[in-house]
Amino acid sequence: MSTSHPEPVAPLVEHFFRHEAGRLVAVLTRFFGWRNFELVEDMVQATLLDALQSWRVRGVPDNPSGWVHRSARNKVLDALRRDQIGKRASKAKAALLPEFHEEIEHLFLDSEIADSQLRMIFACCHPRLAREDQIALTLKSLGGFANSEIARALLVGEETVKKRLQRATRELVDNQVTLEPPGSAEVIGRLDVVHQVLYLIFNEGYSTSRGDSAIRADLCEEAARLCYLLCSYPNCAAPPTRALMALMLFHAARLDARVDDRGYILLLEDQDRTKWDRRLIRRAKEFLDLSAEGTIVSPFHLEAGIALHHCSAKDYGSTDWPAILKLYDALQHIKPSPVYSLNRAIVIGQIDGPQAGIRALEEAAGDPALRRYHLLDTAFGEFYRRAGEFDKARRHLMAARQKTASPHDRDLIDRRIALCSRSSE
Amino acid sequence: MANFLFIYRGSLDSEAKLSPEEMQQMMNKWGAWIGEAMQKGWMIDVGDALTPEMRMVNSKKVVTDGPFIESKDVVGGYSVVKADSIDAAAELAKGCPGLQYDGKVEVRTLAGMGSKL
Repeated sequence: MSTSHPEPVAPLVEHFFRHEAGRLVAVLTRFFGWRNFELVEDMVQATLLDALQSWRVRGVPDNPSGWVHRSARNKVLDALRRDQIGKRASKAKAALLPEFHEEIEHLFLDSEIADSQLRMIFACCHPRLAREDQIALTLKSLGGFANSEIARALLVGEETVKKRLQRATRELVDNQVTLEPPGSAEVIGRLDVVHQVLYLIFNEGYSTSRGDSAIRADLCEEAARLCYLLCSYPNCAAPPTRALMALMLFHAARLDARVDDRGYILLLEDQDRTKWDRRLIRRAKEFLDLSAEGTIVSPFHLEAGIALHHCSAKDYGSTDWPAILKLYDALQHIKPSPVYSLNRAIVIGQIDGPQAGIRALEEAAGDPALRRYHLLDTAFGEFYRRAGEFDKARRHLMAARQKTASPHDRDLIDRRIALCSRSSE
Repeated sequence: MANFLFIYRGSLDSEAKLSPEEMQQMMNKWGAWIGEAMQKGWMIDVGDALTPEMRMVNSKKVVTDGPFIESKDVVGGYSVVKADSIDAAAELAKGCPGLQYDGKVEVRTLAGMGSKL
């Protein structure tokens, strides 16, 4: 035997299988309809298994995507052939197959695959679906996440995920939702929902309070990938879409710098800014520039503006806090939210000192939604510490510790508590 | 030194349950293991994977899709390795990623190929 392979294994693009799953689900659902979603899932799984079983020894072929798409296409044709010959027991019907042949060829063109995914985004974010169902279905049908992975990422049970997906697909079937492109007037209204869903998926992944960092980074990446897809379609790339893209990129640029070597959270002031990804920050700025056309100022514009100020400051000390405060004021104006009030109070403390910060926090704390939020107490603790009132600082930090179950958060709070003891000695 | 055949046996049931991301991890593990084996030189022919589809032709020249082997134990591929003994070859097989997924490696001596008697 002399057929030994010099380079047996070519590396596979990261998340190749997951992304292919997303592409295939979109293409096949467009063809078979939501009614056959289970069949679609089975076909996608079988296609990916084929690839795994064929490639694991000798490695990946030159064009792995092309391989997978060919295999999926054959499965579709097989299924149709079986259906036509089996169910109707008539070979004449099989003559229809060439027509499907052309349609299926067409569906697997690169441009059509992207198009199917775009249609899928709008279907998953259909206004008739509950928000949590939209999120689960988006992760499943576009992201290629398994139920167990969605459960782990969203910190819910696998059974809950299954229920949400069933409810969502049933609703789409009942309302006869197809993967037709939404009309241009409808796109505008639906785009808003799509933005919300992608924003929530991104935030879910970005939040440091939750464990399992690997799968959470995948959520951020997935949200950004889908937002990027939206941005590549002229009638979807509205100013808020581009602002959302900018916001995600500004955050993504700082993802790796948010934890130290041991995986512990680092606050903005303690981060090594040389670790921020300058290339992503540049891309973010480009999207923010593009988002400035027209007169719409969305919350994404303002949040991206805040992130821009943080990313542009060469160190923590030179942060332009007054400019950031203006953006928070504007946010409060167009989209009042307790979390914005909390952040705004922290900015006031940066500008006018800890006493002013404490007063602003007290004002924000009037909102009952913040009562169980550990970051409110963490902020109180920090300002009291800076004001030299260590007992009060400790009391708030202990309260914050009670309100979070995350070991990462608790570690961070413990380090703040230690800081109080050292300062008071 | 003799040559041995690694026959990779796997469980279709376990593999069917893998998520796309887990499939990718499995691919990566295989890639790393085979890459290292080739680089160290004890794997002399990477062999190939075998897909589950099969036809059986019997003495009457009848072709069937079976016999249906147990889906827990399907031959999924093979490679050729060289080692001092069958036990040494079995030792090498312990690194096979398939073992982490309910798989097995059958190690057989290639009788005529390079075995010195």
